[in-house]
Order: sequence, then structure tokens, then C-alpha cells
Amino acid sequence: MNYIIAAWQWLAEPVNMSGPNGWEARMVEHLWYTAVATVVACLIGIPLGYAVGHAHRFRTAIVSSTGAARALPTLGVVTLFGLLLGIGLEAPMLAFVLLALPSILAGAYAGVEGAPRDAVDAARAMGMTEWQILFRVEAPLGMPLLLGGIRSAALQVLATATLAAYVGAGGLGRFLFLGLKTQNYPMMVASSLVVVGLAIVVDLGFEIVDRLVRRSHPTRAVAS
Amino acid sequence: MIEFRGVSKSYDDGTLAVSDLSLTAASHEITVLVGSSGCGKTTLLRMVNRLVTPTSGQVLIDDVDVADRNPVELRRSIGYVMQNSGLLPHRTTVDNIATVPMLRGTPVREARQRAVDLMETVGLDPSLARRYPWQLSGGQQQRVGVARGLAADPNILLMDEPFGAVDPIVRADLQRELLRLQEELGKTILFVTHDIAEAITLGDKIVIVANGGRIAQQGTPAEIMANPVDDFVTTFLGLDESRSLHVDGDLVVDPSGRPVGRLA
Repeated sequence: MNYIIAAWQWLAEPVNMSGPNGWEARMVEHLWYTAVATVVACLIGIPLGYAVGHAHRFRTAIVSSTGAARALPTLGVVTLFGLLLGIGLEAPMLAFVLLALPSILAGAYAGVEGAPRDAVDAARAMGMTEWQILFRVEAPLGMPLLLGGIRSAALQVLATATLAAYVGAGGLGRFLFLGLKTQNYPMMVASSLVVVGLAIVVDLGFEIVDRLVRRSHPTRAVAS
Repeated sequence: MIEFRGVSKSYDDGTLAVSDLSLTAASHEITVLVGSSGCGKTTLLRMVNRLVTPTSGQVLIDDVDVADRNPVELRRSIGYVMQNSGLLPHRTTVDNIATVPMLRGTPVREARQRAVDLMETVGLDPSLARRYPWQLSGGQQQRVGVARGLAADPNILLMDEPFGAVDPIVRADLQRELLRLQEELGKTILFVTHDIAEAITLGDKIVIVANGGRIAQQGTPAEIMANPVDDFVTTFLGLDESRSLHVDGDLVVDPSGRPVGRLA
């Protein structure tokens, strides 16, 4: 219990809070890493997932490769890329994108593939082009599943982004690794608390977006 | 006029869905393709708007081979109504009906207005305009499906068991409605069903399709009923021994004495 109280005291200390090494700045940095990794993973995962989901092909390849990617230990990946690319942000970023990709790919793919066959067939029979079928029928119907994928990817990256500090980059992991070396446990607990708080806030944000999307497309058929 | 010229369709696994079938569906008439499940009648229907490509043979609309037409343009010019309505679950009734006109570039407001007019044409209360498909009954969904098929004012309407999934009372209602609409509109309708009673009710011409996609018999309902060509057609029409009816007082009864109808 002492550590928790000490952690709050550490957080409340103005010296720890502000400045380029304060936890506020590190928190922003942490969020920034998370956002960049998630967006990059979206840029790769959504088109790929949509293509596979729409074409109903290469499904096994996607399922098995994302399954394998999920099993990769992120610390190992960060270390490996760190050895290859050197100290800095590139290695952890690459690892975070790799971490975020499976959920986003699965969400994009499952959402599009899961669109009711009748509706897709009707859309084609009415004379929609394949692009129109994808963007006007399958993608809107798969939006809740895609959002779910992005949500879990973002939360995973947020929790794992502490590892960036392991190879010399910033983020809230700085305090974790510093605290570990200097046996400053209140500092470690404090930075963990900030990560937890961020995760809750980000999750709530996604919850709000999710509700807005469901309200604009109230389809009981695809409620999951 | 829709003409099938020696069309066949076989799949990679060797199944023959349609074999060397020729058929003409006259303009402004309802031609009903009737047959048991898996006989290839839906495959035939889907050849008209190129959802299925025949392995050999041609399908012509007003003497133009559909294979020479752009599939997207072709489909937009043909109405399509399917079983289970196939409505887009994320769009409201009006937007579902207005889909094809909007694809063809009709301004949104105009397309929606026309959609509301069409709702009345098919007997739907305009207050349902902003409902989503899952908020409608099965019969209402099918009416929306019919309105959607008519929205771009196509000359041809393809109907694939459109009333197969609703209860008998609603089905009878929808059938009457379709005949009334046809009086007004005079479309060339190709209608698929497995229900011979429905075929007789709706068809100007009936085509009985036997398994493997070959024509067992075609003609007007009266011609077929009067002269079934073989046992298959006889059984399909319900004119075999087990259904030879006789009159008992006011009732019409079958050989085992069960009442099946009453004299008017």
C-alpha cells in the first residue's frame, strides 16, 4: 500500500510532472507512439483485410500468419530489431506495428467477409461495381468488427509501448526501466498507473466511437 | 423479349446445372420457371443479368447477346427481386429502394421522392420509409424488394422465389398485388418458383424445368394442365392417381376421402 501512496506522491511532485523529462511529456510521447503504430498498422491491415475478405481467398494464409504473428514475444522482437536497426525509435515502432497488425487485419477481414451473403448478392445483382460492393455494403456492415480490431490493437500497443524505452526511445517506459535500475519502486508504480489510466481513457474513447457508429448504422443483423 | 439459345452450365465438379436449353420469354408477359429445388431454374434466371455465365450457348435480350454488354450497366437496367428480400441491412427502406437510381446518378432528393411514390405503388405505408429492414415484417420486406426491383423502371424484372419465405396468406396477397402491378406496368417478368400453384396463378406461360436443367414442358397453364406430356409433369402438377378427386356432396375429396376443397 505504501508504494501506491508513494506513487501518487511521486506523480503529484511538480518536478516529476513537467519539463521534457516529466511524466506529462512522456505520456504524450507514449500516446503518440501508440497512435502512430496503430495508424500504420491500419494503413497496412485494412486494405489487406478488405481484399482478402472481399475476394474470399487466401483466407488460410491470413489466418495462420496472423496467428503466428500474435504468438511473437514483443520484447524479443524489439530486441531483434534493436540489434538490426540500432538504438532509437525505429525498432520498437516496427515491433508495435507488428503487434497491432493481427487484430486489425482480422477485424477488417472478418467484418467484410461476414457481411450477409444475401445483401452482397443483391448489391451485385443491382449493378454495383466490386468497389461499390466493398465500400457501400461490406465495409459499412463490417465497421463494428473493424473498430473492435483497432480497439484491441491500440490497447495492446499502449500497454506494450513501455518497451520503447528498452532500446533508448521515450514513452512512459522510461520511468519503469529507470525505476528498475535505481530500485525506485514508487516511480515504477507511478508510471504503471499512468499507463493504466491511459488505457482506460483510450478504451472509453473507442466505446464512444463504437456507439456512434452503431447508432448511424443500426443493424441488428451484424450486432456482435 | 428474353431468349435462351442452347444454353448449358456445368460446374468444375462435373455437375450439370443446365443442359442445352432453349427458351423464349415474350415481352410484357410473366414467364414462370417452375421446378424442384436444384433443377437449375435459378441458374437460368441468373444468366440473364450475367450473375452466372453459361458454359455454352447464348442469352439474348431483344436480340442482343448479354455477353456483349457491360455487366454493371446490364444489371442496372434489369430489376432483380430475390428470396429473403436481400435488402441492405444498413440502409432505410427509402434508401434501399433508391439504390439503383442513385447508382445511375439520379439526384438523392429525386430518387428518394420516387422511392416514396413506389412504396405506395407496392402497397407500403410511406410511414415505413425511415425504417430499417429488420424493423419490417417478412411481407413488408418483400414489398420493399419488389419496389427496389422496379425503382429504375426496368423493362425486365427477374424474380427469384420472391414470395417463398412468407406465410400463405401474405403470399396470396403479394401474388394478387403483383398481378395488379403487371396490369399497369406490363413488364417482361421472368419468375422462378418451386410452387406449381404459384406458377399457375401468375404465369402467362409456364416452363416446367426438370432436374439437370432441361425443359419438361412449356405452355399456358391451361395447355399444360390439359395435356401433361409425361409422368413427371403429371406428378409435378399433382394430377396423378393419388390426387384424382371426386365430388362428395358439397365437398371435393381425394381417394382416401380427405376433403381438399368445396364446390362453389
